[in-house]
Amino acid sequence: MKKATNKKDALLLLGCPELPVQTSIALYLANRLTNAGMEVFIAGTDAALELLKVSDPDGHYVDVEKIIKLDKCIESLAEKRMDFYLCSVFVHNDAGIAYLATVHGISKAKLFAIIFGSDADSISEQIEFKCGKLVAKAVHNPLPLKRKIDATMKEVKRWAVSN
Amino acid sequence: MGCIELMDYKILLSNISFKEGREYIRRNFREVYEVEPGYKLFDVYLIGVPPIQIAIEDESVIFPYVKPCRGTFVLKMEGKEEIELLRRSK
Repeated sequence: MKKATNKKDALLLLGCPELPVQTSIALYLANRLTNAGMEVFIAGTDAALELLKVSDPDGHYVDVEKIIKLDKCIESLAEKRMDFYLCSVFVHNDAGIAYLATVHGISKAKLFAIIFGSDADSISEQIEFKCGKLVAKAVHNPLPLKRKIDATMKEVKRWAVSN
Repeated sequence: MGCIELMDYKILLSNISFKEGREYIRRNFREVYEVEPGYKLFDVYLIGVPPIQIAIEDESVIFPYVKPCRGTFVLKMEGKEEIELLRRSK
């Protein structure tokens, strides 16, 4: 596992992969962030990471060395052995809110919640601390979430260029 | 998930929301401590929305355990060292 060290490191922390849009949006966002000059790391459950690897067999979008098991990622953040400039946490259930709150507590990264699924609005309302939110009721069709990401990428590009 | 699943534990509640787990711990145990997300208990770093509540009963700790696809569990495990650390941290 490559260690995240510089100011252009971004982490995508995936949730349960049961909703189809997660993998495609993760690959899309990884690609956009890479093109914006960021080094992209991805953490998730074994199944979420296998979905990524199978979808991107030649590693065009995600460097295999920057794929991190979820527990290892939380451990490294909690022990302050690793941190990121930007972190996007994928949230579509209650556990996702718990992971988002945990990253908020143990990392100094600029934090974005990517909130999707049929209960996206209700989940968004339950997040009581300050973080960026991209909210779309996307389950099967990634386009509503993609549009939100496209609108936010201008700001991310500005961060990447200025650091 | 971590090696905690290979240890001897009892599931008190399963497939609940994190808030439901917190309320259960707060209402059903006398000796309750609050910790921050990332607190190390046994071999895991606790996941959750602060305040995360951990209870002590006899020689066991009762705590929330979050799994990405299965929600929150409330687990009960024996842990003399963990109890000492919690009491000392107060």
